[in-house]
Amino acid sequence: METERIPSLEMRGITKRFGEVVANRNVNLKVYPGEVLAILGENGCGKTTLMNMASGIYFPDEGQVFVNGREAVIRSPKDAYDLKIGMIHQHFKLVDLFTAAENIDLGIRGSNLKDVNARVREIADKYGFVIDPEKKIYEMSVSEKQTVEIIKVLYRGADILILDEPTAVLTLQEIRKLFSVLRSMVQDGKSVIIITHKLNEVLEVSDRVAIMRKGEHIATVDTCDTNESQLTEMMVGKKVALNIERSEPLDPSPRLEVRHLNARDKEGLPVLKDVSFTVNGGEILGIAGIAGSGQKELLEAIAGLQPLDSGEIIFHNPKKDKPVTYFHKSQRRVRELAKQGAFHYTDGRPVDVKTMTRRQVTAGEVLFNEDEIMNLRDKTPLQIRQLGVRLSFVPEDRLGMGLVGNMGITDNMMLRSYRKGHAGMLNRKKPAELAKQIIQELEVVTPGISTPVRRLSGGNVQKVLVGREISSAPKVLMAAYPVRGLDINSSYTIYNLLNRQKKSGTAVIYVGEDLDVLMELCDRILVMNSGAVTGIADGRTVEKEELGYLMTKTHHAGGEEAEQE
Amino acid sequence: MIHLAKREKMNPLAAWGIRLAAFVLGLIVCGLLAFLMVEKLQKEPGKILDFYKCFIDGISSQNAKSFFENRKLWVFMKNTAVLLCIALALTPAFRMRFWNIGGEGQTLVGVLAAIAVSLYLGGRKGEESLLPEWALVILMFFAAVIAGAVWGVIPALFKAKWNTNETLFTLMMNYIATFLVSYFLIIWVPSGSSALGKLPYGSLPNIMIYPEKASAPSNKYLLIILISLVLAVGLYIYMKYSKHGYEISVVGESERTARYVGIKVKTVTIRTMILSGALCGLTGFLIAAGLDNSVTTESVGGQGFTAIMVSWLANFNPLLMILTSGIIIFLNQGADQISTTLSVSGAFPNVVIGVMLFFIIGCEFFINYKICRSRDERKEAVR
Amino acid sequence: MNQSLFVIILNFLVDSLTFGAVFMYGSTGEIITEKGGHLNLGIPGIMCMGGAGGCIALAVLAPVVPPAVLVIAGILTAFLMASVMGVIYSFLTVTLRANQNVTGLALTTFGVGLMKVLMSNKNLMKAEVYLVKPKDYFRWPFSLLQRPLQDAGLSAVQGLGIMFFMAVAIAIVASIVLYRTKIGLNLRAVGENPATADAAGINVTRYRYLSTIIGSGIAGLGGFYYIIDYMVSQEAYLSIEALGWLSIALVIFVLWRPHMTIPGSFLFGVLFSCSPFLAALGMNITMAAKPVFKMLPYVVTVLVLIISSVRNKRENQPPASLGLNYFREER
Repeated sequence: METERIPSLEMRGITKRFGEVVANRNVNLKVYPGEVLAILGENGCGKTTLMNMASGIYFPDEGQVFVNGREAVIRSPKDAYDLKIGMIHQHFKLVDLFTAAENIDLGIRGSNLKDVNARVREIADKYGFVIDPEKKIYEMSVSEKQTVEIIKVLYRGADILILDEPTAVLTLQEIRKLFSVLRSMVQDGKSVIIITHKLNEVLEVSDRVAIMRKGEHIATVDTCDTNESQLTEMMVGKKVALNIERSEPLDPSPRLEVRHLNARDKEGLPVLKDVSFTVNGGEILGIAGIAGSGQKELLEAIAGLQPLDSGEIIFHNPKKDKPVTYFHKSQRRVRELAKQGAFHYTDGRPVDVKTMTRRQVTAGEVLFNEDEIMNLRDKTPLQIRQLGVRLSFVPEDRLGMGLVGNMGITDNMMLRSYRKGHAGMLNRKKPAELAKQIIQELEVVTPGISTPVRRLSGGNVQKVLVGREISSAPKVLMAAYPVRGLDINSSYTIYNLLNRQKKSGTAVIYVGEDLDVLMELCDRILVMNSGAVTGIADGRTVEKEELGYLMTKTHHAGGEEAEQE
Repeated sequence: MIHLAKREKMNPLAAWGIRLAAFVLGLIVCGLLAFLMVEKLQKEPGKILDFYKCFIDGISSQNAKSFFENRKLWVFMKNTAVLLCIALALTPAFRMRFWNIGGEGQTLVGVLAAIAVSLYLGGRKGEESLLPEWALVILMFFAAVIAGAVWGVIPALFKAKWNTNETLFTLMMNYIATFLVSYFLIIWVPSGSSALGKLPYGSLPNIMIYPEKASAPSNKYLLIILISLVLAVGLYIYMKYSKHGYEISVVGESERTARYVGIKVKTVTIRTMILSGALCGLTGFLIAAGLDNSVTTESVGGQGFTAIMVSWLANFNPLLMILTSGIIIFLNQGADQISTTLSVSGAFPNVVIGVMLFFIIGCEFFINYKICRSRDERKEAVR
Repeated sequence: MNQSLFVIILNFLVDSLTFGAVFMYGSTGEIITEKGGHLNLGIPGIMCMGGAGGCIALAVLAPVVPPAVLVIAGILTAFLMASVMGVIYSFLTVTLRANQNVTGLALTTFGVGLMKVLMSNKNLMKAEVYLVKPKDYFRWPFSLLQRPLQDAGLSAVQGLGIMFFMAVAIAIVASIVLYRTKIGLNLRAVGENPATADAAGINVTRYRYLSTIIGSGIAGLGGFYYIIDYMVSQEAYLSIEALGWLSIALVIFVLWRPHMTIPGSFLFGVLFSCSPFLAALGMNITMAAKPVFKMLPYVVTVLVLIISSVRNKRENQPPASLGLNYFREER
């Protein structure tokens, strides 16, 4: 039957390259009127790039696009609108200060503002949206903003709607509402393409599923003929051997304990939900998950950059086998540490100084491990450093956060350490040495140590950043997507660096998106979804499908209840 | 189809070549403008050479016997020094991407404060000074610096606390300062003429050099010129080699990075604006104690605004500002000379500077971007 | 006594109103420019050039053309001359991507200078030609009632001429266009979020050029009005620059709403000229009060700026992309 119908949108043999990287290779895709097509795939598999070519953001290097059976050239969003294709991006393009109606009508010639409200209501009623056309965008919730974006597209007469990760920012109820709207649009004869990575949603809303992996189209299947495990398998693929070295953790002991972290973003939506785990010294803990599942917020929370609603971040500073009596520390120092959230343990059990009699303590009967155990919660990055906690963090946004693009390597080396020394002047001698050392050891290709780092290639930028972060001999090293955008050789350099840190006893947290890498590099893999931990697996024994399942699994019932409030 | 691409980095020589070309082009346009507006030139087109010669005459007296007696040259250096000082003062704020366009007001309150000290603790002509000259000058210095710093830090406090738009705030502070001055002038000058006249006490040249020689231009201006140069070098070192300067750069480049490494953005903002305002106040002190010994609403004379352009043209590099402020004053005095030689309005220098600025501002585009002719992709697509 | 008190007050109020029209022009022009995202600090220079352009047209045309044409030609030339300044500004900031503050200040330097050079040309600018003769045409219709008004002591009322009503009309029309039409909507979108406007198919470059050019033209009328209608003096041009800065202050004071410049400019006018008036009423006003009153508009503006940022009401903030140039991301 399908062969008789003309697809409303067909993409044939699409290939798109960004420099060396192939984002899409020979992709074929069809969507028919009156159906929901889900495009399923991991992050970076080229889903969004593909759809950007249908909506005029990019232009394919090879291949053709057909709209209603006719070949089309889509060079701009306007071309796409003219062909009745509308895309709702993950980042909304709305003017905050305007009302919904004003945003919807923006840029359209010859319309009358008064009619807009009526037409918006008409569209809303037709498909079952709830919207107040005169409400300003800045007063709206994320889901309302999304509604505005969808109506904006419909208002412009789109018959093909592309939604990029529409559920990522919505609560469960809002998702249900969205899906019912999508269904009524399909009944109206429109085509809906929904980009997603959530299996349950795919099964719930779509008629057919196109699965993509690493820029290629794997298969398109009818939703009714498939199930979760089949989809997962197609999405993650077979395990690929990478031969990344992995040593057994040496004498692991808890280094960083994260307990029941909860946090919200600026809009007040939960981004971390009751996250708890422990990372040991001398191991690499991988964090897997679809991008935006709370990995960034988790690392930033530990680094002191993300305010928390609740939870504790306990750091163990190991100075093992050096039990000392109370006398070795002044009473004041003990109190100070207690104030800062430090606890003193004895025999591995916490001791509350308050519950002990003064004599017991001062008599020296109780031995304290000198382990300083501190709560890093609500500490600024500077306070964390001043406490003597060597915590290194390689953020995802290398040039926007980790480094200063317009400064040279030497000056970037100083970012962490420039406060050293009592004088008001900088001492560039050591940073310069460090810069040279990093250039040499990590084979950074650069014209000189004072060349602005933004002019270096991505791999070299990353080497500079990682090099700086490990130069302080960290006790905890966190790296977010450290090999993203890097070529194979640079990637292996980074893996080796992380392994070296692990061997020297550092607790390494590695946030990655490539499951193959995670499974070969990490000792344990923690999986996150929608801000919650869905499981922790052993990196040596876990099956890829299991990780894929954990990544797409909706978190436990408790979280859902909380969300529905 | 033409599109623009950001240049990676231009060969510095080529960049200066473009700047020079823009400069020359600007001078030619100025000549054309002069031709249109100056009757003398229309009658005798040959005088156009005189027009350009005036730029040289503007900064150098031809009949001067020696360097030290070349009055125009010293005036040139003095004017450059004052402009340079204000430009330097604004620079730390600009490096932090804090648009302090209140240099005019911050300098003016500096002048006002210094003169207030001179008036109340020194006295007018014919009165006995309460304090020795050196003490008076020192007090004037502190008064000016504090006044400038206060004027600068007010917008910064609101910026740090409520993100109040600093460009508009500092702009308004300029005019509040101006009317503050006219208020005090009315208080201080009972005759109502608002002309305070030169005050006898609190003069910087008096305490630095032999008073009897203080009137010679080389003696009178030398100190200010030296101070401005020291300030340029000092600020260069501060920006490049001090921890504060480093923090300013990081905050200016990316507030996210600053937070990531634990720099307190608010503290840096406030601290830097105190510095910026204080340096403006210092310039005010130099104007008050070193040059004018008086205050009018025109004591700064728009240099607070010109200094913004000086700093920007030098790409916020304190050492380059010696050059850019020199160029501005060079043009200014040249054009001044033109208006005397060719008898046009005294406002002609502003026209020349305006035109030259357009060209210099505009030419940066050709240094930062290259214009490429891109292949027509649509054709390829249909192919 | 009562009668004359009434006359004094009325004269003063009307005078403040007519003086305020200068700011109405300047601020309305600047608001249109700023709503498109351009912080044009060249307004003082632009107002000067508008004044110079109009006056030159009057000086040249006054002997040869009929009054009605003269009025129109003067206004058009003032608008045109100021627009040319707007073209320079837009070319430098939009096309050549130069810093807006620096460009604006350079424009002010240039405009103020050029105007002074032009206006000080004694051969061309003869007061009786360009000021005295056209005065009554510009002050139509009240100039017809010159005698009765003077007899009643209400000479200030004559100031309510064509250009005053034009200023009010422009301010109101500008508000309607900005807040009630598609063009206004698009322009505000460009000033708030140029990337979004661009994505919606609005030509950001065109909007920024046009808003700056039209805004400059309107501001330029303010300078022209000040010389030939309000002051009617050969020295008037010397004080335009200060009024330009005050116009920028008024933009903040009225929180970017053109129609509010009508009461706003009146208030500024009152503050600017109230000390002699209060003295005339017999109040004990010292000389020192004069600068204090003149300072008040700026102080009040700063307070408005602070209060609006503390309250952080979105509608009262400067346009979000004010002062920032927009370039579409290059790929």
